[in-house]
Amino acid sequence: MRIRPRYTQWLAVTILGGATILTLAVLVFIIVFVLEKGLPVVNFGFLFTNAEDMGRAGGIFTTLIGTIVLPLLAIIVAAPLGISTAVYLTEYTVETRATKIIRFGTDCLAGIPSIIFGLFGFIFFVTTLGLGWSILSGGLTLAVMILPTIIRTTEEAVKAVPKSYRQVSFSLGATRWQTVKRVILPNALPGILTGIMLGIGRSIGETAAVIFTAGSSLRMPSSVFDSTRTMAVHFYILAREGISSENAYGTAATLIIAVLAINLTAYWMMGRFIAKRS
Amino acid sequence: MMVAYQGANAVSNKIEINSLDLFYGKFQALKTVGMSMRENMITALIGPSGCGKSTLLRCLNRMNDLIPGVQVKGNVRLDGADIYDSSIEVAELRKRVGMVFQRPNPFPLTVFANVVYGLKVAGIRNSSRLKEIAEQSLRAAWLWDLLKDKLDHPALDLPLDQQQRLCIARLLAVQPEVILMDEPCSALDPIATMKVEELMMELKKKYTIVIVTHNMQQAARVSDFTGYMLLGEMIEFGVTNDVFTKPTKKLTEDYITGKYG
Ligand SMILES: Nc1ncnc2c1ncn2[C@@H]1O[C@H](COP(=O)(O)OP(=O)(O)OP(=O)(O)O)[C@@H](O)[C@H]1O
Ligand SMILES: [Mg+2]
Repeated sequence: MRIRPRYTQWLAVTILGGATILTLAVLVFIIVFVLEKGLPVVNFGFLFTNAEDMGRAGGIFTTLIGTIVLPLLAIIVAAPLGISTAVYLTEYTVETRATKIIRFGTDCLAGIPSIIFGLFGFIFFVTTLGLGWSILSGGLTLAVMILPTIIRTTEEAVKAVPKSYRQVSFSLGATRWQTVKRVILPNALPGILTGIMLGIGRSIGETAAVIFTAGSSLRMPSSVFDSTRTMAVHFYILAREGISSENAYGTAATLIIAVLAINLTAYWMMGRFIAKRS
Repeated sequence: MMVAYQGANAVSNKIEINSLDLFYGKFQALKTVGMSMRENMITALIGPSGCGKSTLLRCLNRMNDLIPGVQVKGNVRLDGADIYDSSIEVAELRKRVGMVFQRPNPFPLTVFANVVYGLKVAGIRNSSRLKEIAEQSLRAAWLWDLLKDKLDHPALDLPLDQQQRLCIARLLAVQPEVILMDEPCSALDPIATMKVEELMMELKKKYTIVIVTHNMQQAARVSDFTGYMLLGEMIEFGVTNDVFTKPTKKLTEDYITGKYG
């Protein structure tokens, strides 16, 4: 016998709603758990003094700097490269075997575990190019790692711009580049920014790729050729070596707050941008 | 009558199409089409769905170039010069031969930014010049009084008929010589349609207009010349009144009297 639609409807709402609540609950639980353990040690002094005794005492200032500098470098390198590649693939080439292979390649790259990128970075940037454990090696490795994500999200964003915008633009005498610059990129920007945010998020949280390439020095770097340690790596080392679980959670809490702050800023910026354009 | 207008042809044909073939890959969408469009006249293209009206229209400003796999043979002359010649700058051609699309398609920008888009693309930066041309263009599309206080409003918030006339204004701003319209009223209600038709009658004083329409009354009302197409061929082409009242081909008569299909 067929189940009455009324019941299937009820069942669907329960299952879908239940899944949503479960997801949210796990998320909230993790955040609350980390913040509860970590926030008590987070204060001005913790954020702005250097670590002492390998992190047993003192703060996390240099790792804060490392966490800002590495993803920044990664995004400065990866965003222009990735966006240009994506625009070229979608706007300037027709779909051929070659573009399909490139697309397949980027998809594969996006799925490779980050430790492989770490190993590649170690062999290529640290050893072969002789950059050593440094901000430069780490930043470039992270750039290679997030490049596929940026390419794919930009491609999707560019493809989502209505065809009619292109037609109108061309019909008014615009060249392809003018169309890209004036119509396609502005309209794809929210999507592109999302890709960049994903990239920043991945870089900030990355440990494996960083530890092999940027090293884990706690000293304040004075140039991009110096080694540095990010908060994620700091947390990993503090927790793994059993150095200080208090400071480990303090670091984790700071990391979570930083990621939240970045995302909120991005949403705010996007909102403002969209409001300004329409 | 026929003789008189053909005699005048030589002097004032804005566009001349000679044995034009167009292929989408292997599919032939236009078959040795020949016709001409006279300056400051409205030429209508009618025919059943899929007969190639839009395709023919897109040949006139080379919008078909954007579709992969399109091949064009034969020639299209604008003021006597072949627009498919390799020396032609396509962007420049499109400024001379502008297009109004089926669905109103303003950019998601302000009214003003829409009108001046083509000018900015053409490199005009001077803001008083931009304002001046924007006003002229909006006036010419009968929108100035309606929109002069709404220049910074989002264009997509306007009612559809105003959006469509905004698209016309945006086109007029680049000072085209020919305006191609692909079913410009199909998204509009009858009153808005009438308004656009009246506007066309006004615009033809300065521009040469080619319109594709499914609406035969519309073709009869606004156009001076009409071409009837079927399966990629130009079946009949002549003075609108003649095509509608004394078609020379049986196929045309069937279509016009509604016997087609
Ligand atoms: N991009 C394309 N690729 C392949 N075939 C196409 C393409 N565009 C149109 N065609 C084909 O070419 C023929 C003519 O199409 P076209 O759009 O010019 O017809 P139309 O007369 O404008 O029709 P409608 O009145 O429905 O707009 C049709 O058979 C159509 O399927
Ligand atoms: Mg059509």
